Amino acid sequence: MLVTERDKLTGELKKLVEECGGDRSALIPILQEVQKRYHHISDFAMQIIADLLNIHPVEVYGVVTFYQFLSEDYHGKFVIRLCQTVSCLMQGTDKVAHQLETELGIEFGETTPDSRFTLEWANCLGMCDQGPAMLVNDQIFTRVTPEKVHDILEACRKAFGPHTAQMMQEELV
Amino acid sequence: MTDSRYSQFTFNTVEVGAGLTKALGLKRSDVIGEISASGMKGRGGAGFPTGVKWNLAAAARDEEKYVVCNADEGEPGTFKDRVILSEWPYLLFEGMTIAGYAIGASKGIVYLRGEYTYLRKMLEDVLQKRRENGLLGTNAGGKEGFTFDIHIHMGSGAYICGEETALIESLEGQRGEPRNRPPFPVDTGFMGHPTAVNNVETFAWAACILAKGGAWFKGIGTEKSTGLKLFSISGDVENPGVYEFPMGITIKELLKKVGGSDAKAVQIGGASGRCVPASQFDRAIAYEDIATGGSVIVFGPDRDMLEVAENFLEFFVEESCGQCTPCRLGNVKLLEGVRMLKDGDCSMKYLKELCKLGETMQTASKCGLGQSSPNAFLSIVENFKSEIIGRTGVYA
Repeated sequence: MLVTERDKLTGELKKLVEECGGDRSALIPILQEVQKRYHHISDFAMQIIADLLNIHPVEVYGVVTFYQFLSEDYHGKFVIRLCQTVSCLMQGTDKVAHQLETELGIEFGETTPDSRFTLEWANCLGMCDQGPAMLVNDQIFTRVTPEKVHDILEACRKAFGPHTAQMMQEELV
Repeated sequence: MTDSRYSQFTFNTVEVGAGLTKALGLKRSDVIGEISASGMKGRGGAGFPTGVKWNLAAAARDEEKYVVCNADEGEPGTFKDRVILSEWPYLLFEGMTIAGYAIGASKGIVYLRGEYTYLRKMLEDVLQKRRENGLLGTNAGGKEGFTFDIHIHMGSGAYICGEETALIESLEGQRGEPRNRPPFPVDTGFMGHPTAVNNVETFAWAACILAKGGAWFKGIGTEKSTGLKLFSISGDVENPGVYEFPMGITIKELLKKVGGSDAKAVQIGGASGRCVPASQFDRAIAYEDIATGGSVIVFGPDRDMLEVAENFLEFFVEESCGQCTPCRLGNVKLLEGVRMLKDGDCSMKYLKELCKLGETMQTASKCGLGQSSPNAFLSIVENFKSEIIGRTGVYA
């Protein structure tokens, strides 16, 4: 990481900590925002956040590695989470999973080489009556079929911006 | 309101704001009295009487108290809170405000699961409207001296945070690892202050109870399980979705109403619940018989019960926080066992050992997740032995 990049990130994190409040209970909201902006939480970011909150960096690391939606590793711009719970499985998740892997050329747990998509399993998304269900960033898709997978991915490919769920929705409507 | 499927629900028949208006006209102790009179038990699944909980929180001596709504609905097969949040958010906020008034809290927090981030904006808008209408903030609801506001805190994808002490840890910016209880959150909760943690549905019913009276609620259901309850029905049924039934309904009646009469088994209470075979469909869904947070997953005649057990155990292996050994390692061993059973490599002797391990996990785990994680496995082994043993091919 270049020194200028480090300075820039430090500045942004300082601002973020100010916005969220500087106490320990602000840690998770801060990390969620970092994850959203940078698609991962780097060692450097963890160190800076720890300094700003006046806690040990390992505390931050412990939290980042505990929660499924926070990650050390770089995630794609679109994180696709397919529900693997039994109600969805009974409605055909396997085929959707296979189609996602085929369309993206990656397996679950991987990110495409262009950093655009990450494919992950999720536990119950609360859409058991309308499965198979899938989250793309914050947006929920229900009754997903292998045919629909292509359309959803195309809509993602056409969307721009750092956090694009909203735009994608417009695209699909 | 918007969805015709829910037009017959009690939540739609209650006048908006009626519960809160009624509560603010009563003494604090009478509000709790009304909730106690209803006999309502926590709608999240654990079934602790709400009146008792609020009483304890009200009696705790502290300047600062909190009302926390557990909207971390992660139990597999449960989605009724999502429907409440989408259709009747005002009832939830009303219920929380009533709780705040009753226990003497000025701050409410909704812990919304990360998977429901798409609901956040709508909920924030509803909260903002309530602030503008004077239902939140200083002199909330027009009650002199009562200050109450609610904010939303997002979860980050951890099932364990549905456990109340893990949820509080998470609110405090820690890993979501459950605490020892006691002390209970009503005494030492968020930031060490007394905290009433209730499920989304519990708050919504609390608002209805204030509007319609505790006696009305008590008159429905069974003696030990009063009132109405929302059920999340999924799996092999004709009409999956959210239904409202009185407590104490038998599984047979329920299946008839949702169109799943040919089921061979029903999983009640999600992954941490029990698998009930067709021979026991006369049993009632109630705290005294089969308790549930509302999840009902129906399995048709062709479903392989070992695959169901495998799916649930994979879930627990992933979601165990790793803090205590019975849960962290026990679930891994049970999952291995299920896979051996599937391959026909598990002897009866080993299966019996696994069942003993399951029982150890039920007693020795620290929190509800570990204690309930072997339930599905044990009930499937118990009720579907012929299906499972047929595959072992090993003599006991």
